[in-house]
Amino acid sequence: MISRDLEVLIGSIVECDTTYSAEELGRLCAADVARILELAEEGILPPARGAVREWRFGGEALRRARIALRLQRDLELNLAGVALAIDLLEEIAALRRRLGLEA
Amino acid sequence: MEFKDYYKIMGVARNATEAEIKQAYRKLARKYHPDVSKEKDAEARFKELGEAYEVLRNPEKRAAYDQLGTGHRAGEPFRPPPDWDAGFEFSGASDGGYSDFFEALFGRAARAGGRGRRGFAGGRGEDHHAKVLLDLEATLAGGTRAIGLRVPEVDAEGRLQVAERTLNVQIPKGILPGQTIRLAGQGTRVHGGEAGDLYVEVEFSPHRLYRIEGRDLLLELPVAPWEAALGATVQTPTPGGKVDLKIPAGSHAGTKLRLKGRGIPASPPGDLYVELAIALPPATSETAREAYRALATAAPFDPRAHLGG
Repeated sequence: MISRDLEVLIGSIVECDTTYSAEELGRLCAADVARILELAEEGILPPARGAVREWRFGGEALRRARIALRLQRDLELNLAGVALAIDLLEEIAALRRRLGLEA
Repeated sequence: MEFKDYYKIMGVARNATEAEIKQAYRKLARKYHPDVSKEKDAEARFKELGEAYEVLRNPEKRAAYDQLGTGHRAGEPFRPPPDWDAGFEFSGASDGGYSDFFEALFGRAARAGGRGRRGFAGGRGEDHHAKVLLDLEATLAGGTRAIGLRVPEVDAEGRLQVAERTLNVQIPKGILPGQTIRLAGQGTRVHGGEAGDLYVEVEFSPHRLYRIEGRDLLLELPVAPWEAALGATVQTPTPGGKVDLKIPAGSHAGTKLRLKGRGIPASPPGDLYVELAIALPPATSETAREAYRALATAAPFDPRAHLGG
């Protein structure tokens, strides 16, 4: 089902084709670099390569950073709480997939 | 425009204290947060909740809202009286995305605050983020899908509006759940500046045959007891078409066979796991029942041996 009168857009998969520095990730999430580094140090963002200042993050980090920042803001969770919530959310999503439900 | 009863939305009394309002917000926010909640209308409820909290937590807005009187019922047609908010000062900008009702009451303040940040010629437009639910076929074969998005847009007067927008997007073959497609230049357009990008996060709806686990797929394949016991070659569906699969003799329910590289065609490609399920032939004819009896005598078997006792 596509609309005939629209051009077709071609995008790139973020995970495969792109990595981000902490600064770029911060800009994408509208957050300070310090917040991004906090998330990385808490283990909320997937392991990044390199020394702290040269960390590179993939698409998965972008997704998790956005969820983490939303939870921090909307539910006023602290970092440990956010980390726990995200781990549990992923576990629930995996279990739901096993049950054939929408993750 | 419909009247919104912010007290009712938050489930608090009109004379609730600030502490009670905060507590109610926390509780409902945990329940309806779109990242956490599985409630059907979580996103809409959370938005409504955020709007109600935005008004009731702020003493100036709350006082102005209370001023509207108690005679209104939720959902009834509503038009703010002229000069209804005279004497109230609103401070701070809202995030936007609020209802018409909110915009009519507090929108002027929100717009005044918003103008500084938005619509600034020569700057870079904001990036947008969206989530879409695709069918598994989209990643198996690639192809174009129409994606419906709700996009906040700033109109000529600087007002924030939510527009429905459809994009035809070519789905990269092999994209995995949780991955993001970046569409350059599809974010906010700004006059005289570079447009922002649109980031679309991909999830897949449950598939009729395959369970999706990252890049791997899992198929439950029913086999007859003799196929599992004696071994057999059976036809099985795979994303690339039907293949002949050799079932090793002595297989049992839950045996997993791996078809390397037959999962999602990412790089590296995922695998297809075929998990055997034993389907019993019905004993509806006398011959079938006789065969079951013969098997019981020929191969004595206690399926409950491992339970002990």
